[in-house]
Amino acid sequence: MADLATDVRETAVDPANRTCPAPLRDQPVVVMGHGGGGALSAELIEQVFTPAYGNPTLAALADSAVLELGGARLAFSTDSYVVRPLFFPGGSLGDLAVNGTVNDLAMSGASPAYLSTAFILEEGVPLDTVERVARAVGAAAREAEVTVATGDTKVVESGHGDGVYVTTAGVGLVPEGVDIRPQRARPGDAVLVSGPIGLHGVAIMSVREGLEFGTEIASDTAPLAGLVAAMLAVTRDIHVLRDPTRGGLGASLNEIARASGTGVRLRERAIPVPEDVANACGFLGLDPLYVANEGRLVAFVPPEHAEAVLAAMRAHPQGAGAALIGECVAEHPGMVVVATGLGGSRVLDLPLGEQLPRIC
Amino acid sequence: MCLAVPGKVVSIDHSADPLTGLIDFGGVSKQACLEYLPDVKVGEYVIVHVGFALQRLDEESARASLELFEQLGLLEEEFGDAWQQAARQESGSEAP
Amino acid sequence: MKYLDEFNDPALARRLLDEIRATVTRPWALMEVCGGQTHSIIRHGIDQLLPEEVELIHGPGCPVCVTPLDVIDQALEIAARPGVIFCSFGDMLRVPGTGRDLFRVKGEGGDVRVVYSPMDALDLARRHPDRQVVFFAIGFETTAPANAMAVHQARRLGLDNFSLLVSHVRVPPAVEAIMTAPECRVQGFLAAGHVCSVMGTAEYPELAERHRVPIVVTGFEPLDILEGIRRAVRQLERGEHRLENAYARAVRDEGNPAALRMIEEVFEVTDRNWRGIGPIPGSGWRLTEAYRAHDAGHRFDVTGIRTEEPAACRAGEVLQGLIKPTECEAFGTACTPRTPLGATMVSSEGACAAYYLYRRMNNPAPQGSRIPQEEMNPVG
Repeated sequence: MADLATDVRETAVDPANRTCPAPLRDQPVVVMGHGGGGALSAELIEQVFTPAYGNPTLAALADSAVLELGGARLAFSTDSYVVRPLFFPGGSLGDLAVNGTVNDLAMSGASPAYLSTAFILEEGVPLDTVERVARAVGAAAREAEVTVATGDTKVVESGHGDGVYVTTAGVGLVPEGVDIRPQRARPGDAVLVSGPIGLHGVAIMSVREGLEFGTEIASDTAPLAGLVAAMLAVTRDIHVLRDPTRGGLGASLNEIARASGTGVRLRERAIPVPEDVANACGFLGLDPLYVANEGRLVAFVPPEHAEAVLAAMRAHPQGAGAALIGECVAEHPGMVVVATGLGGSRVLDLPLGEQLPRIC
Repeated sequence: MCLAVPGKVVSIDHSADPLTGLIDFGGVSKQACLEYLPDVKVGEYVIVHVGFALQRLDEESARASLELFEQLGLLEEEFGDAWQQAARQESGSEAP
Repeated sequence: MKYLDEFNDPALARRLLDEIRATVTRPWALMEVCGGQTHSIIRHGIDQLLPEEVELIHGPGCPVCVTPLDVIDQALEIAARPGVIFCSFGDMLRVPGTGRDLFRVKGEGGDVRVVYSPMDALDLARRHPDRQVVFFAIGFETTAPANAMAVHQARRLGLDNFSLLVSHVRVPPAVEAIMTAPECRVQGFLAAGHVCSVMGTAEYPELAERHRVPIVVTGFEPLDILEGIRRAVRQLERGEHRLENAYARAVRDEGNPAALRMIEEVFEVTDRNWRGIGPIPGSGWRLTEAYRAHDAGHRFDVTGIRTEEPAACRAGEVLQGLIKPTECEAFGTACTPRTPLGATMVSSEGACAAYYLYRRMNNPAPQGSRIPQEEMNPVG
């Protein structure tokens, strides 16, 4: 999703003179944080994949690449899904595999058209489980109005996988006059979010082994292309769209601030955090602004269009809870600052890796 | 240190060893050890840290604190120096 | 949520701030001992709202940050052993030991698991009788009853495969150490509310009297913290120095007697090193003789692991408010959130890390230039 997203810059530390006991992030092996959507993920891309693949298309580092092909502007994206458990309140691996890729395409303003699916199955997984995932993929594709045009299946030995992994890729067409990418954020832009945040991440945690807690919170997984189309019907001049998945709103906004060299200022009280999400984060010690969403988007819109775009979002089922949460500013470039409910401020930094329950 | 949050005791499993109960944290619930508050009752609020209820929350004290905060400044507003008060309001409204 | 929302009210916060502003006549340096309070102060931007006379010094009360380097190295050594399930609170996984952290050990094949409660680790020991289950028992007095209960149950149930790697610390000796440090600047303490929920307040009147310093037991929500500050400033302005309880809804003078009995049974006082500060006499707990069989340090024979902390780090002086983080030679050069030398840079609420972040906000790189990207280590 937001994988190829962060413009990672060199560190100010002189490695030769470092006396630090903890070269924490120069890990010689892959750690879980490399998949967390935060700074470690960004470093992996910057240090391993970008140098190996290096080309101008990849360098744009958006949710999906926008390519000129045969006279058309094509959005193209791929993503792998490794969620555990496979079925969770509000959705399943199959829903995520479709909606995640559809949403990455939609964040370029594209209307998604075709998907591929690649299943990696672990020996011994009940066929019934595979069938349930496949059915979920089919149903989600129908809802998102995309066609699963091609696919692949591989089996790995027992113990070499985690049940079912799915990779999807997708293509869609970007309408004429639409140019949506993180570099286009401008001071003055209104920052809009399409609905309540933190639902997906909390729903997954509530059923994760060792952490289980009771709640009615369900994942928000949903396709967002329809909502984006409704927004583009108001104006084609939407500057940035992003679906704040892993790393949550905080990671997405930091990525946008860094890519565009602007600052972002949020009003804490305007950010829609459902009470039960806030309470779950409270007892686990997590910040809802870093918790994953799978059916939300954040938009940077020129101020003159903000009101109309917000109204269009609220009129759409996927944007009913949309809110204006802040603005893009020229100050503190590359940083996100939150005005707290009490009237102070705090810096919302890019998270390092995945969030963990804390005691302190 | 010590992330501890208030929750309401929803049910108590008296057969559990150690004593355990279900705590509601406002739309989110989790089991907690009640062994350190053996006479806690359903409906009472407790403060929970790493799965242990550590102390009862005293409603009377909470109310007294909030009432005190409500009263702050009121005495001076009634009887205090008007100029000083105006200056204070000014500086208050300038606060971010 | 009841007891949270009411204590977050902006209108009442303004009243408290007005009252503090009206009370204060000259500069005062207060220390909030507890990392949870520091978290709340930063999270709500409370420090920016206070009158400039009131300076908050962020104290050493984050168990994650002060766990000494050698104990973390012991944890890494145990966690890497085959047959071990190493359980920890989430905050500890990213704290650097020498050259690596628990995440890295996990990445290299160690069975490292995050648990919410020590009882979850006990449960793992029950379900995996063929494995050694070790729980990383860090924390202040607040966490001690939970860790004590886990090992008490293990002994009772004969779960010989369960052990604790203990690095417990206690607040009052740390307060004592801070007050007796030469050139101590701290004039008043906000004592840690949840520590006192367990321990009560008996240890503090004598400390307040002997060091002639106000100590106010303080909670964690914004209004609680402001009330703690208000009372400490009022005492200072009046020339008083005594214990006050500003968190009465969760703190009784006697603490929690059942929890205290369990702590007494399982733990005994010992000297303890604090990361970035050094040894503080009597500032820790270890397992008593009766529980020694469940002591992971002995079981895995790692107590010999000793690690020197970097000499460049002046975290101890920062924690005592003797210097500002920016006065340390290593600040922002050898020591950054990405490459922390000491506790105060490890935690995102540590004084050095907070300074680092705010310096970045107020002195950003010029437009279009590359922005340094040291990230905060979100622990503590």
